Amino acid sequence: MAAEKTDEQQVKMFGNLACSRIRVDREGWISTAEQLSESGARLLTLWGTDDRDQAGGFRIDAAYLLSDSVLVVEHRMVDEGEPWYPSLAGLFPVALRMQRAAYDLLGISTNESDDRGWLRHGGWPQMVFPLRRDVDGSQQYPVVSQPYSFVSVEGDGVHEISVGPVHAGTIEPGNFRFSVVGEKVLRLEERLGYTHKGVAKLFESLTQHTGHRLAARVSGDSAIAFSWAYCAALEAITTTTCSARALALRALALEHERLANHLGDLGSLGNDAGFAFGFTHFSKLKEDLLRANSVVFGARYLMAFVVPGGVAADLNTEARSLLLELYDALETSVINLRTIYDNHAGLQDRFREAGRLDRSTAKRLGAIGLAGRASGLACDLRVDHPWAPYTSLAVTMMTQKGGDVAARVQIRFDEVVESLRLCRALLTENDSGVIQATVPTAQSNQLGMGIIEGWRGPVAVVLETGRDGGIHRCHTHDPSWQNWPLIEHAIIGDIVPDFPLINKSFNLSYSGQDG
Amino acid sequence: MSAITIVRQLSEVVLAIAIAPLFGGWIAQCRAWLQSRTAPPLIQPYRMLRKLFHKDAALATTASPLFRMTPYILFGTMVLAAAIIPSIATDLTFARAADAIALIGLFATARVFQSLAAMDIGTAFGSMGARRDMMIGFLAEPALLMVLFNAFLLSGSTALPSVVDVRTMHSFFVDPSLLFAAIAFLMVLLAENARIPIDNPATHLELTMIHEAMALEYSARHLALLEWAANLKLFNYACIGFALFLPWGIATQGRDGGVALAVAVGALLVKLVLAGAVLALIEALSAKLRIFRAPEYLAISFLLAVLGLLVHLLLEA
Repeated sequence: MAAEKTDEQQVKMFGNLACSRIRVDREGWISTAEQLSESGARLLTLWGTDDRDQAGGFRIDAAYLLSDSVLVVEHRMVDEGEPWYPSLAGLFPVALRMQRAAYDLLGISTNESDDRGWLRHGGWPQMVFPLRRDVDGSQQYPVVSQPYSFVSVEGDGVHEISVGPVHAGTIEPGNFRFSVVGEKVLRLEERLGYTHKGVAKLFESLTQHTGHRLAARVSGDSAIAFSWAYCAALEAITTTTCSARALALRALALEHERLANHLGDLGSLGNDAGFAFGFTHFSKLKEDLLRANSVVFGARYLMAFVVPGGVAADLNTEARSLLLELYDALETSVINLRTIYDNHAGLQDRFREAGRLDRSTAKRLGAIGLAGRASGLACDLRVDHPWAPYTSLAVTMMTQKGGDVAARVQIRFDEVVESLRLCRALLTENDSGVIQATVPTAQSNQLGMGIIEGWRGPVAVVLETGRDGGIHRCHTHDPSWQNWPLIEHAIIGDIVPDFPLINKSFNLSYSGQDG
Repeated sequence: MSAITIVRQLSEVVLAIAIAPLFGGWIAQCRAWLQSRTAPPLIQPYRMLRKLFHKDAALATTASPLFRMTPYILFGTMVLAAAIIPSIATDLTFARAADAIALIGLFATARVFQSLAAMDIGTAFGSMGARRDMMIGFLAEPALLMVLFNAFLLSGSTALPSVVDVRTMHSFFVDPSLLFAAIAFLMVLLAENARIPIDNPATHLELTMIHEAMALEYSARHLALLEWAANLKLFNYACIGFALFLPWGIATQGRDGGVALAVAVGALLVKLVLAGAVLALIEALSAKLRIFRAPEYLAISFLLAVLGLLVHLLLEA
């Protein structure tokens, strides 16, 4: 970065991708962000830490995705009664909600005018900041309902529809406030945070060698991505090298996770458009895959597969032929179903033009992952910043220009076929080998970052080691942070009954974002 | 009015109430097969009704008496409609009291009450469902009237029984105008009974609901009556369709002894089995329309019915 700056200081960090870390003062915090914004970098995640026990005051960190590496910028708020830092929301709109969440957890504020709470829904008192070291995580508080001022839209015939947080179907909680005229949506405002579980606080009571189990449970649909990201961070800090076999198995599991979610989503998208035929057929395919998982990995959902140093178990002997057979069957069925979806006039009428998010809006809002690719943003870490074993797999990036529901459906079809190719390639390589390396206990105060392109987009885990094999701070980041605000824009001008379909085409995580 | 007429009338109403859920169950079964699912048992709707009748009703604190009355009114109007429609016999006590236009009025009454009740609680979903249902209704009613006019022109009467009587006299004579009317009627039937492509009875997505949104606040016996009334409505529409387009088998005036009635019931069951399969096939093959396509859809239905009228006038002339 800018060479003329003298108040910048390089700080050591580790990661599975090329990364560097600088410490800046308050002016540097915003000027660095300005330069990064101009150079086209994207804000990956932002988190706060209470370092007062190490005489460091509060610290705020921002991780940026550059074209060839990851840059972590940190700013320490020392000697201040009211710790604050300049808001990045003007440069990176995705920062806004992360900053609001950081305030709720740590009491570090910004100069942003929107200072409404994000994670705190009255579950703990206003002046208690649970991630501070002097707050005991076991304390119980009575729930006190908090008023929340949604932005209101004025006008003739405008009224509001409040949907959720409890929905008619069995889905995660989130509140959606629509301002509508008739059926037309003028504005949508999301309110999330209902599934905040205090994951970050819980991490601090775990050891480095048990944290991956919690990481796998941050967002159940991305268990492999999160647990791999955690292990990658720990392995980077301890400079552990995993065997090629272990990495291949992790990638195989990650692609299975992608396949299972894409198949499930393709079915649900059909169902939400009233085409239940697609739902039953894709559900069957997903079920076939999950059953194969339980045979070859020992579990349908792979919560305990990725462990520090490698994976929990190797595939059994029949696995290879069973999986290759499954992949062929899946590919044939998916191609057939794709033809049905593509040629179904009613379905295409629902998919096309619904929830359109054009490229410039997506870029401005910092869209990443699958939703970004559907709006023409070429961003896939498996291609842009490949890590082992993706370095040798030559993943083809799938992009679409449309930015509508149809584009997000097409991306899923393309990625299913590509994932099947990757799975086959991963199965033919290194059929044996050590699957687990020993991971030593890391020194304290080391910062490691694991970034894995999950099915939804880049999943990041930032691990800061504590004394005696403990965890000082562990921050988990789901790409839903970036992509939830996209839906507020994609729905504008569409009609209320199309919202479930548009929402499903993004299929973002509530749990992963709420933490 | 003879005793036999009353028996006929009574048996028709009882039959309608009894087998309407079965018809719903049959469509659900066909749909499951077409979607490669294991089908629920045929009697699933009855189990559902039994379960609901055994539950304690929960009412919103803001519910007015209108909200509580509506399920009974709805059920009542659908039973009355079943009494008017000649499903197995034409010589009916009630049929003389009301013609097909009054029948449409009866359906409209039910709609008005259901919409008012949906808005009564004051939730966003109730009002949303009510206004969508009103939109569908005001477009579907004219189309349905046009369909009926086709049949009225053929029989020279606005009463359904006489339509059946006249139509059954010409054995298997298919009037081309009725072909147009039949397609139009099928479209109206799907729209009016909250089925795909207009509404999705199986959805859990509250923002997309029409009929379900209006029933969201109901529980237990109230919900059971609403479900039953919905089943009856579909049954009634199917029977209107049979009376207009497939009247053969219905016990007509003068030929309505015990044997004829038994034949009529058998014929009705066969027709219901076929109609259920056709409805399930249509639903399995289509996706739900974007809601603003509904006016186009119903306009096409109206247009087809008008075309039927024109064809009739041209051929007569």
